[in-house]
Amino acid sequence: MENNILLEVKNLKKYFNLRSGFLSQRFAGSVKAVDDISFFIRRGETFGLVGETGCGKTTVARVILRLVPQTGGEAIYNKVNIFKLTSREMLKIRREIQVIFQDPYASLSPRMTVGDIINEPFEIHKIGDKRKRIKKVKELLRVVGLNPEHIHRYPHEFSSGQRQRVGVARALALTPKLLLCDEPVSALDVSVQAQILNLLTDLQKEFNLTYLFIAHDLSVVKHVSDRIGVMYLGKLFEVANSEDLYKKPLHPYTMGLLSAIPIPDPELERKRRRIVLEGDVPSPINPPSGCSFHQRCPNAQDICSKEEPELKNYSKNENEHLAACFFAGKPI
Amino acid sequence: MAETENNKILEVKNLRTYFYTDDGVVKAVDGVSFDLKKGETLGIVGETGCGKSVTALSILRLIPEPMGKIVEGEIIFDGKDLLKLGQKELQNFRGNRISMIFQDPMTSLNPVYTVGNQVMESLVVHRKLSKEEARRGSLKLLEMVGIPEPKRRFASYPHEFSGGMRQRVMIAMAIANSPSVLIADEPTTALDVTIQAQILELMDELKSKTNSSIIIITHDLGVVAKYANRVMVMYAGKPIEFSNVDNIFYKPMHPYTIGLMKSITRLDEKNRKKLKPIEGLPPSLIDLPKGCIFRIRCKYAINQCKKEYPPLVEIEKDHRVSCYRAKEFMDGILERFGN
Repeated sequence: MENNILLEVKNLKKYFNLRSGFLSQRFAGSVKAVDDISFFIRRGETFGLVGETGCGKTTVARVILRLVPQTGGEAIYNKVNIFKLTSREMLKIRREIQVIFQDPYASLSPRMTVGDIINEPFEIHKIGDKRKRIKKVKELLRVVGLNPEHIHRYPHEFSSGQRQRVGVARALALTPKLLLCDEPVSALDVSVQAQILNLLTDLQKEFNLTYLFIAHDLSVVKHVSDRIGVMYLGKLFEVANSEDLYKKPLHPYTMGLLSAIPIPDPELERKRRRIVLEGDVPSPINPPSGCSFHQRCPNAQDICSKEEPELKNYSKNENEHLAACFFAGKPI
Repeated sequence: MAETENNKILEVKNLRTYFYTDDGVVKAVDGVSFDLKKGETLGIVGETGCGKSVTALSILRLIPEPMGKIVEGEIIFDGKDLLKLGQKELQNFRGNRISMIFQDPMTSLNPVYTVGNQVMESLVVHRKLSKEEARRGSLKLLEMVGIPEPKRRFASYPHEFSGGMRQRVMIAMAIANSPSVLIADEPTTALDVTIQAQILELMDELKSKTNSSIIIITHDLGVVAKYANRVMVMYAGKPIEFSNVDNIFYKPMHPYTIGLMKSITRLDEKNRKKLKPIEGLPPSLIDLPKGCIFRIRCKYAINQCKKEYPPLVEIEKDHRVSCYRAKEFMDGILERFGN
């Protein structure tokens, strides 16, 4: 493996157990939210994770952060398996891995001033004295494009875009190396969304950050990412650099997803052929046998309902374009 | 000229809908005028709080009173001003000749009635069909909107349906009486993209089958590019540009529309292309600035913009813009997509 890899996720699994009844604790099967996925992120790059509701993309981030325990697999950050660390060791690593959440309304405490919110990481990790902290907080506010004089304001005094900036400032406080961005712009209007995307791109250059960018909107993910992984029902279906994914998708689900997103260009849309995937995403409690996409897939053959396709490389270069499909590359 | 006049199915004139809150009067819709032609899809776009949904609700007079009030305007449908009708007369139009699809299929269906029952309701109310006829009618509708096994699903409750299926039920209810106008308020915002494609294709298909007109309200410019014939762009309660879809995307003349176009991420563009967002935020609808409402965020603002609100004027055929400098954009004196 290359040595410029910052995070490598290997065979990651997260199953949530279901219990039947209200009081009884009888085991009633499990939801495979993340089912054996592997990917890596190089230093300084943005890896996008895209998929529809319930595909497990957020769970991936939560497991990496150890906010929920993994069911299996490894997450190797800087040659260390995060899952094997003691909680004290983990605290150290948390300084380097920070997160930006989706909802700027729910992720900031309404009872704390933005100054206190951004200052909290310093307190938890016992960094600097009061004067230094205030100076740093003001600097962070400036970096994310907010007025440092607003340090004593409360979240409700800000618009959603400004709140998301506060969230970014908090995440940057401890000069992290890896930022997990979980749907950072999906709650925002287009003009504000563009402001935040630009901010994230600028910060990446300025602080040499590595991003795991999770979102459902493929055009946003493609805009910010160097490489993209497409998830469906807990599995990775395709991994490629973003140009290849758009220009020569190999997995039929990726093809359908790309085709489903209208491009804001009327003339182009009139010419574009539309593939509409039929049906709904199946329930993760009782996923279909074989390839979990076979019921919706126009290319499905007998084998697809019987065996599960492996994520394999289809490029000349190692690990460059992976897909999990028996008929990868076949147009739909 | 006479022919185009007849072509209009709905006409909204100078609509103003205000909300009276403790903090002051919110001018949610402030002087909106547009017409809808037979068989067309009209897109209304704008960001949160621009008044696009309130415009739709006003057409059907669904504004919650007494907090909200339509203070001025006319809504002409079929030669009648809907704003002048009594509640009873209005019922003949609402859900019958003009119907609406709401954004959130989770909350807009009644959880305690079966899906079939809810589709039947509008047939019984408006067409005075017997129970059995209505049942047959609604089965046909469910089939039309692509609900698999409609007979079995007829007796299901909304919670047994997925989001996409619920939106299909909403559409079945909306088209039950073959309305002439279908208003869809963010019909796919709550849905995943592959489901969004299914729903939009279905609406488009039904429109051509029934020769009805659609008003689609959305913030997604991709959806507008794909489905709309004409587009009205709204900002802070006012229409700021109104034209056919090509003009809006290729020759926008209002700085806000131009800014929107430069803010969107596109699948077919090279990644990390720098976006050029509009700086700042929309103004509060309580305290609107004097003059042009966009001028604080506008880098083309001149002295005149401070004094008076620019009226929506026809700059070229079928292209209305409310900006003093629109002509300069048209004549190429001002660069649109440069910086």
